[in-house]
This record gives sequence, C-alpha cells and structure tokens, in this order.
Amino acid sequence: MSSTDVTHHAPEEHGHDHDHGEHGPAKGLMRWVTTTNHKDIGTLYLWFSLIMFFIGGAMALIIRAELFQPGIQIVDPMFFNSMTTMHAIVMIFGVVMPAFVGLANWMIPMMIGAPDMALPRLNNWSFWIMPFAFTIMLSTLFMDSGGPAGGWTLYPPLVLQMGDSFAFVIFAIHFLGISSVMGSINIVATIFNMRPPGMTFMKMPMFVWTWLITAYLLIATIPVFAGAVTMLLTDRFFGTSFFSAAGGGDPVMFQHIFWFFGHPEVYILILPAFGIVSSIIPTFARKPLFGYDSMVYATASIAFLSFIVWAHHMFTTGMPLAGELFFMFSTMMISVPTGVKVFNWVATMWRGSMSFETPMLFAIGFVIMFTIGGLSGLMLAITPADIQYHDTYFVVAHFHYVLVPGAIYSLMAATYYWLPKWTGNMYDEKLGKLHFWISTVFVNVLFFPMHFVGLAGMPRRIPDYSLQFADWNMIATIGAFGFGFSQLMFVYIIVKCIRGGEKATAEVWEGARGLEWTVDSPAPYHTFETAPTIQPATITR
Amino acid sequence: MSSATGYYIPHAARWPIVGSIGLFIFFYGFATWLNQGPFGREMFILGAGVLIFMMFGWFGLVARESESGTYNGQVDSSFRLAMMWFIFSEVMFFAAFFGALFYARTFSGPWIGGLGGGGADMTNAILYQGHDYVWPSNGPGDVGGKFEQMGWFGLPLINTLLLLSSGVTCTFAHHAIRAGHRQPFILWLLATVSLGFLFVGLQAVEYIHAYDAMNLKLTSGIYGSTFFMLTGFHGFHVTMGAIILLVVMLRATRKHFSAENHFAFEAAAWYWHFVDVVWLGLFIFVYLI
Repeated sequence: MSSTDVTHHAPEEHGHDHDHGEHGPAKGLMRWVTTTNHKDIGTLYLWFSLIMFFIGGAMALIIRAELFQPGIQIVDPMFFNSMTTMHAIVMIFGVVMPAFVGLANWMIPMMIGAPDMALPRLNNWSFWIMPFAFTIMLSTLFMDSGGPAGGWTLYPPLVLQMGDSFAFVIFAIHFLGISSVMGSINIVATIFNMRPPGMTFMKMPMFVWTWLITAYLLIATIPVFAGAVTMLLTDRFFGTSFFSAAGGGDPVMFQHIFWFFGHPEVYILILPAFGIVSSIIPTFARKPLFGYDSMVYATASIAFLSFIVWAHHMFTTGMPLAGELFFMFSTMMISVPTGVKVFNWVATMWRGSMSFETPMLFAIGFVIMFTIGGLSGLMLAITPADIQYHDTYFVVAHFHYVLVPGAIYSLMAATYYWLPKWTGNMYDEKLGKLHFWISTVFVNVLFFPMHFVGLAGMPRRIPDYSLQFADWNMIATIGAFGFGFSQLMFVYIIVKCIRGGEKATAEVWEGARGLEWTVDSPAPYHTFETAPTIQPATITR
Repeated sequence: MSSATGYYIPHAARWPIVGSIGLFIFFYGFATWLNQGPFGREMFILGAGVLIFMMFGWFGLVARESESGTYNGQVDSSFRLAMMWFIFSEVMFFAAFFGALFYARTFSGPWIGGLGGGGADMTNAILYQGHDYVWPSNGPGDVGGKFEQMGWFGLPLINTLLLLSSGVTCTFAHHAIRAGHRQPFILWLLATVSLGFLFVGLQAVEYIHAYDAMNLKLTSGIYGSTFFMLTGFHGFHVTMGAIILLVVMLRATRKHFSAENHFAFEAAAWYWHFVDVVWLGLFIFVYLI
C-alpha cells in the first residue's frame, strides 16, 4: 500500500543512535521482508489472507460444482476429499486467523496508544513463516499421492493411510503453529506491557480485550495440537501406538486431544470478530457500547468454557453416559455469555442515532446470521439430537453460518471500517453497500438450504448424494458461485480505495471513539512515539 | 535508547527471513526424508544448519544490543512476558502427552480390557476377548513383544536428585550475579550445566539399557510410546536448557551481565526450573505409579 508512506510525522531529529529505526518506510521489496513496523506487518497479513481467501474459495467452488448434481461429475472422489480437507485448512489457518492477526497488528498498538508491537522482530517472523508454511501445505496438492484427504480434523486411522503428503501436512501444521504461538505471545506482551500510563484494562477497546483472550487460547491450545500431530507422525513413521488399540492406545484418544485444541480454536476464530462488531456498532449507533463490563466478562467466560466442551464434537464416537451429559450441559452453558453479547449489541443499537454505512451493514448482518448459526449450534449440543445430525449437512450449515456470515463478515466489516484509516481515502460507499447486499443474499442462498438437506440426512464430505437432495444442492451451488464471484467486488473496492477517493478525516466516522481515530488518516508510519496522556475522562473505547 | 520516556523500536531485521527459509528447508527435508525421497536428509541437515546460523546471528545481535545498553525497562518487561508465555506454551505441549498417558491408563486401557461397563466393554467383547488390562501395557496385540517396566529406583531416582540439585546450583548462581560476584556466578553455572549434561548422559544409559536388556522400545505399545515420548521430549528440553545455560556461562566469561542486567540468565533459569518441574511430573506419573 504505497499510500501509507505519503505522510508521516515530521521526523524529529534525534541524530544519535542507529537503532532507533527509520522514520519512514524503506524502499523496495526488502522493506516488506525486513520490516519491523506493525502497520507494514499488518498489511502483509491482510493481503496474505485475502489471497488465501480466493484460493480457499476456489476449492469451495470445486466442491459446490461437484455437488451441483448427484453423481460423480467433475472431479474424482479422492480429489473431492482433498478439496474439503484443504478448503478447511486454508480458510481456518490461512484466512481467518492471519486476517485477525493482521487486524491486531494494525489496530491494537493504535487503540492502546503504543508505538508498535512489543516484539517487532518476532512479529516479522510470525508473518514470514506463513507464506513458507502454506507453500509446504499447498504443495501437497501436486504430489503423486494427492493432498490430504482425510478431513482437516486428521482423524486416525484414516489419516495414517494418506500418501506422501502426510508428513508434509504434519510439518506444515507445526510450522504454522510456531507462527501462531509467537504472534500470540507478541500480542499478549503488547497488551500487558505497551499500554501508556492511565490506559487501564477496563479502558481498552473490546477488540483489544477479545484479542488478549484469543491470544491466551492460542498459546494454550496450539501446542496441544502440535503434540497431537506429533503423535500421528510417530504412529506412522516410528512405530508408536498412541492411536492403535492393538498396542493399547485408542483412536478416539486422538479426537479428545484434537478437540481439546479444536474447540478453543473455533472461539479463536470468533472472539476477535466479537471485538470488531463491538467496535463498529457503537460508532454507527452513536452510543457507547452497552454493558462493556459484561462484554469483557462474557468473553472471558466463553474462553473458560471453551476448554470444557470439546467432546461435543464426538457424541457419536463413544464415551460414557456421564461424559455425554457433562459435555451437553457445558456446551449449552456457552449460550449464556454469547446471549449476553447479542443482547448487548442489540441494546447498543436500541434508541441509537443509527446510520447504515457498509461496516454497520456487515456488523448487523453478523449479529443476525451469527445468531442463526449459534442457535443451530444449540440444537447440535443436545446429545440425542446430535446423534441424528452428526456428520450431516446440518453441521456444515451450522459452522458455515458462524464462520462465513460470522467471522468473514466481521473481517469485511473491519476492512470497510478501518480502510479509510489505513489508506486515507474513503471507499466507494455505494459499491460497498452493493457488495453487502449481494453477498448477504447469496450467502443465505448458499448455506440455508444445507439445513434442510442435513436434517433430511445428507452426509457431509461425500461427493455424491441421493436424488431427493438434488434441488436444494443445486440452489446452494448457485448461491456459492454468486457469493464467490461477488467477492471480486470486495477486491475492486479495496484497490479503488487505495488508489484514491474522497479524503478521509482523522475521525472518519461521526460517532467513532477511541485513540485510533485521533491520529491522521492515513495513519502515519509511526504513531504514538511518545506515550499519549490518558486521563480517567479520556474516551478510549 | 534515546530517552527514559521514549519507546525502543528495533531496526529492520534480516534474521526472521533467514529463520523462515531455514525452517522451510528443515521441514521439507524432514518430510522428504521420512518418505525416502531424494535429498531428504541433506535438506534436513542444511535446514538445521541454517537455523543454527540464524540463532547465532539473531541471539548474538540481541546480546550485543543488550550489552550496549540499547534496551530500556519496557523492553525488559516485554522479554519477561514473552518468556513466561513461551514457557506456558511448552507446558501445554507436555500436557498433550501427559493427557495421552492419563487417557490411556484411566479410560481406553481398562475399556480394551473389558472394564467400565455401559457399552465401554464392547471393544473387548468384539475384538479382544480374553485380554486383561494391566499397566504397563503394550495392548492386546502384545505390540513389540514382552518387555520389562522401567522402575523408579536406581537411575531415575539418581536423575531426580541430579536435576533437583541443578535447580539449587542455578539459584546459587542467581544469588551470585545479583551480588555482582562474577566468578562464583560462572562456577555455579558450570555446576548447573554439568549436572544437566550428566542427567542427559544417564538418561541415554537408561535408554540403552531399556533397549538392550529390557526389550522396552518406542514400539512397545502404549507404554513404550508414552514412556519414550515423554522422557524423550523432556530430555530434549533438558539438552536445550543446558545449552542455553552454557551460552549464558560463556557470555559471563566475556564480561556480559551485571548485578542489575542479566535477564538472559533469568530466562534460562526459568526454563531450567520448568524442565525440573516437568521431570517431577514424569518421575511420579511415568516411573513411580
């Protein structure tokens, strides 16, 4: 983004040490390779995830194209399986997670009034692992044995029968895990250590709070995932028996260890989204966030509960009745803090002076459609019902509602919300709104019918299906292509905004509050080089 | 750093990209090697070499910056926070393997043995009738053949004492540097590092004995898997911790560190106590009970 280097603070002449860093960005490609600037690294993360969004999206379209009609039409079943697997891996680890980290990089230092992340070099490394790790991951698609095809959850014993790509996938996961843990450590250190005096924890914007808790979840669970895939690796290559019953192990044990990571992981994918929406709704309702304290506690409760619900992914794999009951009730309990959040968002809008710019549209779309996904989640939490729903398209509908019009919508809302701050230009509001409405229509055409075919018994991850599911699958595929291609608008709007447009003011939005709106648009290359003064009355959130 | 109130931001860094390239070659090579593909081992070794080069370069840079007084108190706090959370992530890594041990011993083992009832005994009834569960187990398939269980008396007990004493000598080293006494600091560090390497050496003796005399191998079912993976990763961490302390010691001989500024040592000491605590968990849950 060349526009970020147009203006920056007049360089005060320090004239002494070499180590104080350049005041403006360096020139050329090496700027991006060696940068320690949180805005540069945030930009890199965001572009990376946008590119991966289209790679993962293309995989989704291959899946939907195959499912347009019953029968094997376009791809062979093995490739179909590796598409479902890789689509998940790319979207989770290549799109949503890095996009949130990119937003954290850009926004957290500016929101808390810090000059940069706490550990800028580590920050650079966290990003520059991503392209290399995904090179390994995606290269498996070109191997003779094909890419991973056992599902992103990598359940043994199926996953152990994978071809040559197995070891590459495992190591790519280790590689990505290193990036996630380092990035999270950096975020925690930044939030704990880089706040200026007076910026108390309860003055932090919700986005900072949700990321603090997300980072904690990542540090706690990614190493467990690393352990789980290490056990897979040794089971396959070094003769251990962790997941083999003949040797006294248990394949179900993998599922327990995996979901001990996997369930907190799904909150990793949504908590920062909660933070984004909690920033946007107050701005466009022109009211402070309703129940800020309860939002913080609700986020913390969700994080705590996320560690004691994992086995709800495994109701059909076999566990004692007491276990099924425990995990059913603990799962249902999550609806309490989540309900608090939805209530607070609605109460923030209640009697607000609302306006409906694109970020607000995406935020409201998030609240409504995430809630749909949340409610189908509640249905899935009921053990006896889940035994019916398990591994059907109902589950696919559920998690796509929370992830696409949930997490992805929050990312789009965030992009529109902060794009003027990043580029100094307003985006094309008319096109933005059009993008929202087209996306929203198609995303529902895409995912809503999956509820019906799922309840009727259509299994997930199968390239063929029985005739009675044909109509709804055809409709879903039309929705998929509509949604997929309408995202090209998103790229167009972003590029157009970078290249020019109406100049944005520092405040950008009339009702915007918080420190990031006190700096110029575009944000100077270095912000808050000296700590801002935060008084008890200063509005920081 | 320019002033007490300002922030420190390091200049552009080349080491991270070197590290990424190193890890890429390392992982790609390792995976190729495991698949018996071309140049797998060579890439693995090259990648490891690049990584070691990166660590020398990056850590050396940080050490020089620290010694030249570039950092301030805030940077110090960031380092401390980062080290604490890194150790927490390591704790969670071990938790996965301890979790596997507990799960196998408490749940899946007895279930395969026909205990538990309520349907949990199904696997036994259908697949493994006649299999009785006893720990240590290599499963109904007797995977790896008959083996002996590793006792706690003897080498493991000696190792426990060694590692606990190394924690004490490490604390003595800390007291020495806080008092500004360089020579005792170096000597106590030397003692700590020696105890650490002695531990690793005895662990190797134990492994050889297990393989040669007890037929206890990594492939000896779930017992061998959990035993060697837990103690193996722990031994690897002890080796790393000892190397870190060794580097701290060598830096101390070059007049690095002062009574006030010695976080590299403290971070190493935290790490050392962490591997110590993990060992106590291992000694109790892997060896004793």
